[in-house]
Amino acid sequence: MALTQADVLAGLKEIVEEVAGIPAASIELDKNFSDDLEVDSLSMVEVVVASEERFGVKIPDDQVTELKTVGDAVNFIVKASA
Amino acid sequence: MSAQRRVVVTGLGATTPIGGDASSTWAALLAGKSGVRTLTEDWANTIPVNFAARVAVDPSEVMERVELRKLDRSEAFALIAAREAWKDAGSPEVDNERLGVVIASGIGGVTTLLDQYDVLKEKGARSVSPYTVPMLMPNGPAAHVGLEFKARAGVHTPVSACASGAEAIGYAFEMIRNNRADVIFSGGVEAAIHALPMAGFAAMKALSTRSDAPERASRPYDLDRDGFVLGEGGGVLILEEYEHAKARGAKIYCEIAGQGLTSDGFHIAAPDPDGIGVQRAIKFALADAGISTKDVVHLNAHATSTPAGDVAEANALRLALGTDADHVAVSATKSMTGHLLGGAGAIESVFLVKAIQDRLAPPTINIENLDPAVTVDVVRDKPRVLPTGDIAALNDSFGFGGHNVVLVFKSVN
Repeated sequence: MALTQADVLAGLKEIVEEVAGIPAASIELDKNFSDDLEVDSLSMVEVVVASEERFGVKIPDDQVTELKTVGDAVNFIVKASA
Repeated sequence: MSAQRRVVVTGLGATTPIGGDASSTWAALLAGKSGVRTLTEDWANTIPVNFAARVAVDPSEVMERVELRKLDRSEAFALIAAREAWKDAGSPEVDNERLGVVIASGIGGVTTLLDQYDVLKEKGARSVSPYTVPMLMPNGPAAHVGLEFKARAGVHTPVSACASGAEAIGYAFEMIRNNRADVIFSGGVEAAIHALPMAGFAAMKALSTRSDAPERASRPYDLDRDGFVLGEGGGVLILEEYEHAKARGAKIYCEIAGQGLTSDGFHIAAPDPDGIGVQRAIKFALADAGISTKDVVHLNAHATSTPAGDVAEANALRLALGTDADHVAVSATKSMTGHLLGGAGAIESVFLVKAIQDRLAPPTINIENLDPAVTVDVVRDKPRVLPTGDIAALNDSFGFGGHNVVLVFKSVN
């Protein structure tokens, strides 16, 4: 069953808060992981692996560099779950 | 030719089994408190020794969770001690290219290595933390301190088992003396309380098995000592070039005046019973500092509470110091802190600095029957007052592999 954008955003907020310590309230679709949320390349690996586990999707390594914003990640995960 | 650059201590930091900072640790040490406890982890009863000396204040009480999850426990200890030491030194203004870090560890991020190996086996490679390597590398503690304070004169990590912490301070001393830096974070840390390293030390019969009275188990120089007690934590000293410290009006604790380094070439783990390497290290250290055995009033011994090591060291001290050993107050503080391996030489250097400042040699606890083979003057049960005036004190540290390090600390007028 496909996940909704709202489900994925809520889950991703929890993951980013856990990994990077960014308060969930300040995590929005247009935020850039590295510039706005200070999620560096190593932390991004943690976000990806945690997202795969949580949402039951695969995020191939060559796609990770394309996920620049929270919105990019949410859209990717929603599509991948469809 | 310019005069030799002198090196002084201007800041102290520590997190140990008896205190969360340098001053509370020192107060507990003078009070003769033991930091050794029965371990509460489930694995503790699966190995031959179920006690150790955990830090008095866990890093989770003083650091944010998000910061800690990217740090090995040894790296957290280094940051805690370094932040305290930096503040204690008055957060000096220093050119970053003249700021260095030399922080050692005996074993490095061994708990990270073992925990992530468990993750690999249980959940697969994809779940292994991307921070595994920066957390397990032995230079991680030094690197994190260097990163936080933007130290650019050099970040180093000497590794010589239980002599590592003292070797780091000696390395930093040389860096300042050789004009590579003006201010350096120096010290050592260890976080190896885990079933595997403890099982390994137990297999060597190196650990005490006095599980019915863990706080009495670390008993250097006692006739019934049966091994060391593993401790964790670390210490950091800010070393600074003397003129640099004077120019900024820094509080100067004391001077590091010399060091002696030798190796035994004898056995991978056992001490040379003749202690020739230790004697040579003491002689080199005194010569390097330009002082004689007459000037030495206090010594913080390596004395880990092993049957062979304590006597070999005491014999070497007696031979190296001769009749002047009669006026050297010898303290074995591992009786209270346990043995911090790569952190030992560092916290014991913090203790020496405090001893010179307060003119008090800390006690050695748990000696019920002094081993008659020990022919040095051991400070027992209560602190002993040290002389006023110019004094010198020694820290000796030895490591598996036959490493011997002796540091000379001297009062500054």
